[in-house]
Order: sequence, then structure tokens, then C-alpha cells
Amino acid sequence: MYSGPKVGVLALQGDVREHGAALSELGAHVVEVRTPEDLAGVDALVLPGGESTTMSLLLQSSGLFDPIADRLADGMPAFGTCAGMILLASEVVDGRPDQRSFAAIDIAVRRNAFGRQVDSFEAEVDVAGVGPVPAVFIRAPFVERAGAGVEVLAEVDGHPVVCRSGPVLVASFHPELSGDLRLHELFLGGWEI
Amino acid sequence: MLRGGVIMDVVTPEQAKIAEDAGAVSVMALERVPADIRRDGGVARMSDPSMIEGIKEAVTIPVMAKARIGHFAEAQVLESLGVDYIDESEVLTPADEAHHIDKWAFTVPFVCGATNLGEALRRISEGAAMIRSKGEAGTGNIVEAVRHLRSILGDIRRITQADSAEVYGWAKSLQAPVSLVQEIAETGKLPVPLFCAGGIATPADASLVMQLGAEAVFVGSGIFKSSDPPRMARAVVEATTHFRDAGMVAKVSRGLGEAMRGLEMAAVETKLADRGW
Repeated sequence: MYSGPKVGVLALQGDVREHGAALSELGAHVVEVRTPEDLAGVDALVLPGGESTTMSLLLQSSGLFDPIADRLADGMPAFGTCAGMILLASEVVDGRPDQRSFAAIDIAVRRNAFGRQVDSFEAEVDVAGVGPVPAVFIRAPFVERAGAGVEVLAEVDGHPVVCRSGPVLVASFHPELSGDLRLHELFLGGWEI
Repeated sequence: MLRGGVIMDVVTPEQAKIAEDAGAVSVMALERVPADIRRDGGVARMSDPSMIEGIKEAVTIPVMAKARIGHFAEAQVLESLGVDYIDESEVLTPADEAHHIDKWAFTVPFVCGATNLGEALRRISEGAAMIRSKGEAGTGNIVEAVRHLRSILGDIRRITQADSAEVYGWAKSLQAPVSLVQEIAETGKLPVPLFCAGGIATPADASLVMQLGAEAVFVGSGIFKSSDPPRMARAVVEATTHFRDAGMVAKVSRGLGEAMRGLEMAAVETKLADRGW
């Protein structure tokens, strides 16, 4: 029935349904991932926006943290948006001390870098190789330091907001909320056979 | 981004820390939880700014605060304090018997309560960014929240079956803008997230309302009126994530101690859900 790849959406908290809808529209077979068993069958994983502190706690209580870390170390493609970007980063600035991340991409990310909820904004962001995309920034993080192997695909006010390293793509905004599918397409196109 | 999460009422910075440690996606800063407002009576107003600031200092997750229905000056004060969301709430004593706040005049997003789809769409037309069921706050009784969710979601499902002429009839009977009803007919959902509030007291309550179609859960008195708040908070967070997994809800429900005592609807003297127009 599904011709596309099996893409998991980490479904502990956040914009799960919206990511799922975007991926389905692009032909992927979407699986909501809440347990290690759910994870076992997927080819790739999307980590949605939400509260990174909440997700970090739930990753540990659900027993998903270590299996996801292992899959990422084996090269599983991953796409992290907003809080998902924080979870994939090698370093989190201004997080909680007990907050863990996967270090799947060599970036330092500052949490809530663009400010509180009232500072949230929408903007058009020019993504290299994609063009201008509408972007919704909600208490968004940005990248403070990008390692040598990391491509910076877009910036806002001089701060990287979209980065890629091999099969791992991160964005500090919410592409799943704008109805524009091009970042999801970029992600799937980066590794899909 | 609050979807799939739990928003907890807290009255002190210490409670806010407990909520954050348990995995809350946001805290609602207020002076008294609804169960105490109900018990104490009198006029319930916006909280003291220093108390809200103390809670903002204590946590890294977003902080909400409540303004009275129609009290735009309280909302202005809350916006100036930099709260992340304002709840124009029936739990406080209404300040205006005919009008809600014009929420388009603010940059801070608002959440508003609703008992039915018409009320929800009127609040959205005034600029609400999120809708929650009203339920009956401070009772620990889920029956009203279930009624409100079923009413809102049931009417949405019925509208998707309506033909173009019937859509106008729906707008008339709901007392809601035609454009919003047309949008629902096309998309089959509210244009903003729908959360559940009012009477959630156990992990199974959270699972119930998530299965009915709520996108996140507010717990007011249910956490800090229980006998073991840190455990209850954690259990409700887990149940909200794993809401379809009965085994998981069973696991987190074990040995939680006493949930809040709660009230039968017939014993409720003031129905807070009747506030709002």
C-alpha cells in the first residue's frame, strides 16, 4: 500500500500530527514512535517541536533514549525541528542541567534564543538549495556554534537556523505549521533510495 | 508548542519547579487553585505580579496567567509582565457581562474556555489562539469536560457532512461567523488547537480526554490537591503521552495515593462554566 520509506515521528509530545500529515503527503509511511518497539521498524526519525525538557524526561522514562542514540550512531537519518533540533545537538546552552541530547550533529544550540512566547515571529527564510520558505519561530532556539562538518543552509540575523550534517537535518522553526513541504522534501531527498 | 503536553496550575515557585521536574510543558501561575477559589468565595482576580514574576524566575518552561473575562486592563498588565500566554478564564470572577477581551489587540496569545462549538468560534473570532473545554474547574469531576469536548468535536464532525446551504444554518444556530464554519466544513477541525480543562484528577482522566480528541491537558487542582503531587504530576504527564496504551496508564496509576476528593455536580453551587457569552 505504501511505496515510500517508513518514517517515524517521535510522538512523546509536540507537533506530531502536523509532521505526520506533511510526511504522508510526500508519500512516506508514517509511524508514531512512543516505544522502542515502534522505533525498531522505521528507516528514519523526525523529532518535532515541543518542550525539550518534557521530551528529554519522556525519552528516558519510555526507554527510547538509548535505542535512538544507537540508531543515530549507526547513521539513521533524522530531522529535528525547534525542540527536536535541541535534542539532536551536541551541546545545549541554557537548558536544564539534567537535559540530555543525542549529539547527532555537531552544533551548540541556545534554547529560547529568540526570546519568550511574545517574541515569537513569522519570517521568510532563504534556505540554500530550496529558496525562500515561510517560517514560524516559537520560543525558538538558534545555533551558536556549528562544527567543521556542518553545512549552514539558512541564517536569521546572522544566526544559523537550518543546518545539515550527512543524513541529519535541523531547523529552529516549525516547517510543519506553514503548509510548505519543501523542508520535509529536502530531508527525504537527502537519503531516500 | 504545547500539543500533547500537560499544563499545571501552580501557586508557588516551589510548585512550579515540581511541575517542570515532572515534565509539564507549561505552568499556570495563580494565587489559589480553582478548588480553593470555589471554597473561599469572594471575587477572584488576576494574581499579584510579584507572584507571577517569582514563578517566571523559577522555571524555563512557558508561564501562563489568568485574566478575568472582559478585563482587558488585567490582560495588559499580564502582557507587560511578559507572561507567555493569557487565559481569559471563567475561574476568575467575570468583569464584563457582555463582552470578552478583544484579543487581536495583543501580541501575547490567549487561551479561552468553551462549552460548545459556538462559544469556541466566537472566542476564535475575537483572536483566541487556543481553545480549551471549560469543564467544571475545581471539582475533580471529569463529566463536564467530557460533555464539552463531545459537544465541540461532535458538531465539527456533523458540519463536515453539511452541504453549502446547511453551513449557513450551522453558523446561525451556533451564533458564529460563517467563514469559520466554512473552514471547519473544509478541514474538519478547529483552526486553533483544542485542549481540555476542568476536572482532570487522574492519569486515566487524561487518557480519556486525549482519546476523545483533546490535543493537550490542563490540570488545575488535580495535582496539588492530591496526596503525592510530584508522583501524580509525573503520572499524568506519562498518561497524556501514552494515552492509547492502557498498560502504561495502569502502570503509572499504581500506588498514587489519594486523588483530590472531588465534587458531585449536584453539590456544585456555582457553575463556573456558565460564565462567558
